[in-house]
Amino acid sequence: MKVDISSDRGAAVAVLSGEIDHHNAKSVREELDRYIIAAQPRSLAIDMGRITFMDSSGIGLIMGRSKLMKECGGILEVRNPQPYIRRVLKLSGIERIVKVN
Amino acid sequence: MEVVNSIKFTMPSLSVNESAARAVVSSFLIQTDPTVEELSDIRTAVSEAVTNAVVHAYRGTSGMIELTVKLLRDREIYIRVKDRGCGIPDISQAMEPLFTTAPEEERSGLGFSVMQSFMDKLSVRSAEGKGTTVTMRKRLAPNGN
Repeated sequence: MKVDISSDRGAAVAVLSGEIDHHNAKSVREELDRYIIAAQPRSLAIDMGRITFMDSSGIGLIMGRSKLMKECGGILEVRNPQPYIRRVLKLSGIERIVKVN
Repeated sequence: MEVVNSIKFTMPSLSVNESAARAVVSSFLIQTDPTVEELSDIRTAVSEAVTNAVVHAYRGTSGMIELTVKLLRDREIYIRVKDRGCGIPDISQAMEPLFTTAPEEERSGLGFSVMQSFMDKLSVRSAEGKGTTVTMRKRLAPNGN
């Protein structure tokens, strides 16, 4: 599991690569939270284009980061989910809370 | 239940084994030549069941998780995930979408919902202090070859 974060004038993008499950979610959560708290970006896009697997642990991960971004006055969005990841997102109803592009 | 082929995989309840369980299922299913979607549905359901055992069944302790995969007649896949952990006191409540006993760990409460919607059949048997057995079935589309 790999996380690459880049930022352009307060708009941050985190590109995640690998598989998101309960085992991997913890380190991703810690890394994203450290960044959000330190950098306070006005927006953070989680790019899932390189995610090869995600179960409901990913939903918890997105929900938690969305909440933290809101608390810090910013907004979270999700980008580029593959079709099978989109199915998990859809089932969770998370698209009502977080913008998915 | 006419079994064409089967495997049994036993692992300690370590979170790193969630991906090992998925890999075992994927390898076994190659012989059925499943679609990308079928394979991804089954892997995701197995991941949820094994994660439940790791996170909930053996909370604060550890134990073994047994994964059985069977290929039945007419391309039906049978999956059983069995633990000897704490058991589920109220199965209906545990199966409610978004119900979780571990919100502080960001568990979404969607594990059983995922299993239910990605597989054809789901059954959960549990006894407090004895353990939980989750059984799932999914029939694959007829093989084009």
